Order: sequence, then C-alpha cells, then structure tokens
Amino acid sequence: MPAPSDHSITLTVNGTAETLTLPDPRVSLLDALRQRLKLTGTKKGCDHGQCGACTVIVNGRRINSCLSLAVMHDGDQITTIEGLGAPGALAPMQAAFLHHDGFQCGYCTPGQIMSATAMLDEARAGWPSVVSGDLTAPSLSDDEIRERMSGNLCRCAAYPNIVAAIREVADTAPEDAA
Amino acid sequence: MRAFTYARAATPADAIGAAGRLIAGGTNLLDLMKLEVETPDRLLDVNHIGLDEIAPDGDGLRVGALVRNADLAADDRVRRDWPLLSRALLAGASGQIRNRATTGGNLMQRTRCPYFYDLAAACNKRDPGTGCDALAGKNRNHAILGASDRCIATYPGDMAVALTALDAVVEIEGAGGTRRVPVGDFRRLPGDTPERDTVLEPGDLIRAVTLPAPTGGRQVYRKVRDRRSYAFALVSVAVDVTVTGGSITRAALALGGIAPRPWRDPAAEALLVGRSPDAAGFAAAADAILQGARGWGENDFKIPLARRTIIAALAEATGTDVRTAA
Repeated sequence: MPAPSDHSITLTVNGTAETLTLPDPRVSLLDALRQRLKLTGTKKGCDHGQCGACTVIVNGRRINSCLSLAVMHDGDQITTIEGLGAPGALAPMQAAFLHHDGFQCGYCTPGQIMSATAMLDEARAGWPSVVSGDLTAPSLSDDEIRERMSGNLCRCAAYPNIVAAIREVADTAPEDAA
Repeated sequence: MRAFTYARAATPADAIGAAGRLIAGGTNLLDLMKLEVETPDRLLDVNHIGLDEIAPDGDGLRVGALVRNADLAADDRVRRDWPLLSRALLAGASGQIRNRATTGGNLMQRTRCPYFYDLAAACNKRDPGTGCDALAGKNRNHAILGASDRCIATYPGDMAVALTALDAVVEIEGAGGTRRVPVGDFRRLPGDTPERDTVLEPGDLIRAVTLPAPTGGRQVYRKVRDRRSYAFALVSVAVDVTVTGGSITRAALALGGIAPRPWRDPAAEALLVGRSPDAAGFAAAADAILQGARGWGENDFKIPLARRTIIAALAEATGTDVRTAA
C-alpha cells in the first residue's frame, strides 16, 4: 500500500482562486467542492456519473464532478451553481426553472441548471446530437433538448417543465438574456 | 477506494514505460476504483501531455489519444466524411461524460458485466481462476459471439464499433517502439485469459487513432437499447456500404454489444458485394455473421435481434424496403 502524500492544488471556483491541501489524492472534485469549500449547492446523487446531480462547468465544459479527482483539476476554472447567479440576481436559466416550475423536490435542480446552461453553449456552437437529422446543421427541437439532457435524471419527473424552462432560455438570444 | 499515489505526466515520454495506471477522462476507471474492482497503486495523469489534436493524415485523419469524445463527434471533417463515427460517439454516454472521455480511454473501457462489478461474485476477468457466475446467471446483456467458457462479457462501447467498420488503426508506443494495430484487433477474445482486455503491454501508451481516407459510402449506426438515451447497446450495427449502378460494390459491417470486441466478419461482407441490395442478400449476410452464435439463456434473444438489426441497418444504408421480408 503506497503512503499517501499531500497535494497542494489551486482551483479557480466561481472566479476566486482557492488553494487546497489534500492529504490524500482520493478526493473527488465533488467532495472537494462540498466538504472543503463548503459549496453545497452541487449535489451528490449516485456518485457514479449516472444521475448528473453533481454537474459543474470546468473550463467551459459540463462534467460530472463525482467522476473526477480534485487533484486532476489543479489550475482549472470551475463554475458551480453558486457562481451562476445569486438571490435577486438569478441567471436566466435559474429564473426560467422558477417560472416554469422545473422541479419538485429540488435535489437534481443545481445539476440540471448547470448542465442546461453548458448544453445551450454546445448547441450554439453547432454541436450535433444523436437525434440530429442532419449532423452538419442541427437545430434545437424539444427532442434535441431531451436527448442532450439525458445525463440528468429527475426522480420527481419534472421533465416537461424542465424542457419548457430550457426552451425559454434557448429561444432568447444570448445578448438579450442578461 | 484503495489508497494510491498520484502524479501528472508532462509529456508522452513520461507515460511510456511508466509504472501504474494511466488516467485520462477517468469516467470508467474512477468508477471502478470507487467499487474497488480496480485497485491501482499509482495513477499517472496523462491529461496534460498533448496528443489532443485532430489533424489530416494523407486523405485520412489522425485523432490524438487525448481528443475528447465530444470534440471528435463535433469535428466538421468527421461529421462530413465519417458520419458513422459521429453517430456512434453521440449514441454513447451523456453530454457530461463525452466532455471528459477520451479516444484512447474509450478503447480501454471495461465490460459492464454485473458479476465483474460485484466483488462477492466469481469473475475470471476481475479475479482469474475464480470462475464465471454469468454462465448460469443474469446474462441478458452478454456475448453471443467470441465468448469462452471462462468469460462471456461484452465490450460495451460504441466508438470502437464504428472505428472497426471504418478500418481505423490504433497507434501504440511502448518500450519496443511504435506499432499499429487495427481497432478491430485491439480488444482480445477472452479464451483462457479474460483478465487481459486488450493487446496493450505494461508501459504502452496509445498515441492516436488513424482513419483511412473516407470511402464515400453510405454510413449508418443503428443501436438497440433498453431506453432511448444514455444506455449501453443490446445490439448495435455499424455499416458503411457503397452501391453503384444498382449493386453493392463495397460493404463494411461491425457489430457491438454482442461480443468481447467489435465484431467484424469479412466473409459475410463478401457475400454482399456484387449483389443488388435486397432483403434476401441482407438476410444471407446476417445468417453468415451469426452462424456460430450461441446464447446463454437470458441473452438468447440477441441472436434474432442481431439478425434483424443487421438487416435493418443495411436496408437503411442502401435505401431498401425490407419491411415485408425477414
């Protein structure tokens, strides 16, 4: 059994550089955010990358923070739900989830909102999905939204309202969204 | 999770011949480490060694081992000239996973056999010599081709199935230099040593996957699964077929979800060439591929399902109506 050793890492979380000393590399990015930085908005659901509750945005991309070690993200830029908006200054996706009642218990909601936010960036960059009829010119139908959000489960099954919330933000030009 | 040491590699040379396990996206390896199915003493992080570009390679394409699945699927050249690869990538996993998973790592993906995951079960792949609880157990998603009585696990991925049909090659660098292995030969059949998934030797590094020039054929990836998204294949079929003047002039076909590796059968492909695209010809090719197929109880259904999926994929790729046949 190898002797664990300290790892000092710096994560830029929601714009603030945070230096952490990890006594052992066995710390997921999710646990570092929740337990060390006390950013408990990011949720632990399955802890195996199947439910999407832990979704955060790293260097502009949505990922499952449970399936990544914190030490692998030394130097990375991370956005969590706490960095997306604040009470009184909600991000457009947060406001749309409220407006469309896109949740019931709320546990999956931070992951849904982080995932949807980055998903719309992917769609605006022209990325296709498996349901795109034309791979070279996809357009964001409701079917596309459902497919692109399949990594986020909602056990309350608020799916119709989640799609409606994402639809509203998708149909608002990014420059108007603020 | 068992304790391990962690280090970052800065260059490919750091990773070649290195002790321990390489980690890139980590989406499969870390999951298995949490369950203690995988217990490496040392992880070497290869996310910062480069090898993350997609570049022209003659008339083909060279895909670095660290290119993320999402980037490969969205690459303009891949979408235009190798749409089968885009389709297969997009049929796998979720948006979050595809943003992390890499080309090289995806080739290394391990089986989803439930007994491989269950530390209390007998599994020759996880713990050689203990037996195989899948043989008489829950084997609904197991292999019908290429298995042995030591292991009937499948290779679960989609990307490699498309790459196999497209004649892609894995470029590997190890202590003895660089070698090139067709993607279709990269995964091993289990035989008596199911614990070895691939032809990689300790210290090897996957540098790239190369795609030969586009064939110009019609390409289809057809995946059958229990739910419509974010699920592994029961059966998948990758087809790249060219029809000229009413007859098939070239056919490549690979199957996923039914064998320990992407399954290709050149003799069956040869049956298609020179024929007009029709239901009888598609059925003959499917029957040739499945000639040696064997079910293990719960997965018996995969044999007729694979037959129908092969026929449907060929029909879709050639624009043939086979609804009244087969």
